[in-house]
Amino acid sequence: MTVRVQKEDFDMAAELTTMRLSEKSVGAVVSFVGQVRDMNDGDLINTLTLEHYPGMTEKTLQAIENEAKARWSIINSLIVHRVGTLKPQDQVVLVVVSSAHRRDAFSACEFIMDFLKTQAPFWKKEATSKGERWLEAKLSDDAAHARWKQ
Amino acid sequence: MNIKVLYFARIKEAVNYSTEEITLPNDIVTIMALKSYLAQRGEVWANLFNGKQLIRAAINHELVADVAELKAGDEVAFFPPVTGG
Repeated sequence: MTVRVQKEDFDMAAELTTMRLSEKSVGAVVSFVGQVRDMNDGDLINTLTLEHYPGMTEKTLQAIENEAKARWSIINSLIVHRVGTLKPQDQVVLVVVSSAHRRDAFSACEFIMDFLKTQAPFWKKEATSKGERWLEAKLSDDAAHARWKQ
Repeated sequence: MNIKVLYFARIKEAVNYSTEEITLPNDIVTIMALKSYLAQRGEVWANLFNGKQLIRAAINHELVADVAELKAGDEVAFFPPVTGG
């Protein structure tokens, strides 16, 4: 169960290999990568800058991992989230989950992303051809989070 | 009591700084009361904290509701709904 918040890029292939080989009981590894798009709301994106709340971010991500581990039979998980100024096609976030069987890893990976999107204190500001603007939270992300409530 | 208050994202840009120490009057004991107190600082603050904008609050790194109670030494943070991922 690992969380990293960093400016540097990450090597997805290396992270997947580390996770796959970390335990002999691993039978499935599921991953999600988010990257910066070239356009948003019809405007070209020059840069995307991510701000966060150091301390709270790490605690929140660890709590999300713990909740995933409580709900599904997973062996390990990794969340890497970048901060600072990124360009289109730069990687933003990586979630990797390992388990004995695929279904637990698929579900836990999706759960972690849905919670991260609505709970972790990150904020995005994009510089577009029309100027700078903060992104607004999406109702669709709230709905994706709400469906996990039981 | 004294508390530390942090601002993030567009709230930080609007108030023009990120951190301050505040000595609160005795009757300010909840997040809701703190928001009303800050809203009295002028137009920029009123626009942010008069309840029309959705602003999240955290106490000591935990997301809290407006009824949450403050105690001396708390680190309070105000920020817009999050947009990471």
